[in-house]
Amino acid sequence: MQLKTKGKPHNIFYPVVGRVTKDHTANAEILLIEGEIPTDAITRFSLVLTTLDIDKAIDKPSVYAIPGFEHLSEGDIVLVNTSGMINTLYRVNSNHNFLLFTERCNSNCLMCSQPPKNRDDTSYFFDTYKQLIPLIPKNCFELGITGGEPTLLGERFFQLLELLASNLPETEIHCLTNGRTFAWPHITNRLGELSYNRLMLGIPIYSDYYQLHDYVVQAKGAFDQTIQGLYNLAKNNIRVELRIVLHKQTIPRLAQLAKFIYKNLPFAEHITFMGLEYQGYTPHNIDKLWIDPVDYSDILSEAINYLSDYGMNVSIYNSQLCTTPKNIWQFARKSISDWKNIYLDECNKCAVLNECGGLFQSNAAKHSAYIKAIMQE
Amino acid sequence: MLTDSLPNENATRKFKEFEYFGSKSDFSYYLLPFRFHNINEQREILVNEIGDFLIVPTGTAELIIERKINPIAYPELYGDLIANFFISEQPIPSLIDVLATRYRTKKSFLDYFTSLHIFVISLRCEHTCHYCQVSRVTSDKSRYDMSKEHIDAGIEMMMQSPNPHVTMEFQGGEALLAFDNIIYAVEKAKEAAIMRKKTVSYVICTNLAPLTEEMLIYFKENNILISTSLDGPDFIHNKNRHKPHSNSYQYAVNGIIKCREELGAENVSALLTTTNLSLQYPEEIVDEYVRLGFKNMFLRPISPYGFATRNEGKNKYVTQEFLEFYKKALKKIIQYNLDGHFIREDYASIILKKMLTPFPVGYVDLQSPAGLINSVIVFNYDGEIYATDESRMLAEMKDFTFKLGTLGINTYEEVFYGKKSLELSEAFLNESLPGCSDCAFQSYCGADPVFNYTTQGDIYGHRPTSSFCQRNMEIMRHLIELMDSDKKIEKIFRTWITGKN
Ligand code: SF4
Ligand code: SF4
Repeated sequence: MQLKTKGKPHNIFYPVVGRVTKDHTANAEILLIEGEIPTDAITRFSLVLTTLDIDKAIDKPSVYAIPGFEHLSEGDIVLVNTSGMINTLYRVNSNHNFLLFTERCNSNCLMCSQPPKNRDDTSYFFDTYKQLIPLIPKNCFELGITGGEPTLLGERFFQLLELLASNLPETEIHCLTNGRTFAWPHITNRLGELSYNRLMLGIPIYSDYYQLHDYVVQAKGAFDQTIQGLYNLAKNNIRVELRIVLHKQTIPRLAQLAKFIYKNLPFAEHITFMGLEYQGYTPHNIDKLWIDPVDYSDILSEAINYLSDYGMNVSIYNSQLCTTPKNIWQFARKSISDWKNIYLDECNKCAVLNECGGLFQSNAAKHSAYIKAIMQE
Repeated sequence: MLTDSLPNENATRKFKEFEYFGSKSDFSYYLLPFRFHNINEQREILVNEIGDFLIVPTGTAELIIERKINPIAYPELYGDLIANFFISEQPIPSLIDVLATRYRTKKSFLDYFTSLHIFVISLRCEHTCHYCQVSRVTSDKSRYDMSKEHIDAGIEMMMQSPNPHVTMEFQGGEALLAFDNIIYAVEKAKEAAIMRKKTVSYVICTNLAPLTEEMLIYFKENNILISTSLDGPDFIHNKNRHKPHSNSYQYAVNGIIKCREELGAENVSALLTTTNLSLQYPEEIVDEYVRLGFKNMFLRPISPYGFATRNEGKNKYVTQEFLEFYKKALKKIIQYNLDGHFIREDYASIILKKMLTPFPVGYVDLQSPAGLINSVIVFNYDGEIYATDESRMLAEMKDFTFKLGTLGINTYEEVFYGKKSLELSEAFLNESLPGCSDCAFQSYCGADPVFNYTTQGDIYGHRPTSSFCQRNMEIMRHLIELMDSDKKIEKIFRTWITGKN
């Protein structure tokens, strides 16, 4: 899935965010031109993108000599940088749109799929999303917020949430955060004051034992902060989901973790157990992380059945049915975002191909040794 | 403070080893409050202040206390102990607020004060149950039915409860013999509830013999729950519940079927009273409940008034017999579940819910602070107010120790916060009773000053010879042992707690 393209910039002095269209009568900010330039119509638009290689300037900020627009649909929202780089920020035909709030993070998880950067990018993203959010279609069903650690935006984090709440009141907002920031009650209370009940925070918890959790996230004191954060969030009636990545470090205490969750965090609205993505730091740390899903099937089904027996809402993400015990298939979801979801050749022979969530593209290089088509009985 | 955790532009993101994240290098730790108990020769249980437990090999408590546990030699146990608040690496654990919140949650059944208000609406009964010492076979309404004045005063007192939701339970004698009284009381309570912005649940305890169509219609209109008695198959029930010239069992079963049809099965429950005769037939009694389609049964512990006396030896023996009965019946019930037929035992379910969930469980006969006054109050047919149902039975034997006042004479404050209540409060917390204060099962168990007084002569009681303690300690030990020995049983217990299978 292509999410960016590049051309030669002309007269662009600051990044521009806008909806794209090929129809010069449409309500949009950016006109895409592949053929002739409709000279008088372009005045309405703030920017022009074209595949034409015109080195003579058109009287308009523009990017020319772009390889193609096949990856863009009418109404998609892009960010055009001064360098001529064009990033797709929002795709109208996808249910997996997300806003990356920052690439900074106060943790450094062993299996991070998008390793954090230390550069302060917060005002860049803030300015981008301030322009983007009002342009997103009001019927957008769900929108993700990721990072890095989004709460590191500080006060701007709340300003963006307020903007989302007022512009997209019907949209479910799912925000991934390590939850540590919420250990400070005044910050959590600030979030509570928004009474934003379309907002759900997805917070990772990797062990019931602090040392193991801190090791996985590579941050001393993180476990205590996350747990305190979860309690502060619960006090403020903020909805939370707990997220557990399944790997060699989290598997041994998984049953204890399930118990810890039910006993101490019964207010969690959803608990997801997630297969490992072979991306970011993971290949580097693979010796510390890899365990074949088939080898953790018993312990996973114990943890899942325990939570579900007590009425907790549980899901398995990023798993393949052929490596998952049948008694927990009912919890497996097709969770992988469309643009990074693949199936193997073997899958073409499989009777449950349509029910199976498949693999991350990145896992083509590393996946269970037991992936095998399931034959119809 | 927060800025400390912000990433530093120059920070290195080199990965560190597991050991780096431990907070202690000298392996010292502090004990948090916990208690322990032998389950059998191999296993013991450790229970922390909020009722979470670990089942471990015998001798583990000693190792912990002697500071012989460390993360190198016992990595898994060490993690369990830290994660479950048994030990801490700091004098005060950093997550102490979690412990506090959970403790508050566990005790939150106390939040609204008294809910259950028992009205002994009439003492008359047409049965002559041999273990019943209070009922009268008579038609003398004026003497043995609750007067309208007392009903009014009882409702007024109930409406003064701080609890926004109260339960009005009608008992007898046979409550339905005074159906006119029940109608009067329910109509009055409905009016008062609107004015005082309370919701009221209604329960009638009855043997169902006097049941009529007219009554059923009234129950249905007013969402009244029916609680009846069923002691087992006919030969037990009829023997226990003697009704001159008729078949008490048939009345009960027919009544149950009719009530289920009209009110829905979930609004009809049956209680089992265990007698000397029943003790011989645990399996037969369970079969009978299954045959009649019950999804639950309550193997009620023996009430001291039918059996127990102040004779220690006899109490101990009778309790032993009850425990054998209980275990056999429980085994049979578990077997039904293993075979795919859902039926749960309520006493075990109450205890299991305390053991296995983080939620509050207020059950008047097994809670601390005790159920009396805090959760239940009894208005007797003659207008006298008692702390519990058993206290009014004592009063029938001319012992008024637990009389708290009289309807129409004493105020709410005098009854609920008066001298008697204060005296009782000294003995109604098992956290501070000798024996219970260091018992592993404290958070699952309760205090019963009335039982102590009846069987041992004072409200504090003496645990080593208490049959209340003997019974509960053994049932709890047994439940733990069952779960520890067989995961399939633990799974069944989960369904008992949630009601889902
Ligand atoms: S063979 Fe492919 S489609 Fe079939 S269950 Fe396995 S991963 Fe899924
Ligand atoms: S009564 Fe017995 S079992 Fe119950 S808490 Fe007291 S000592 Fe423990």
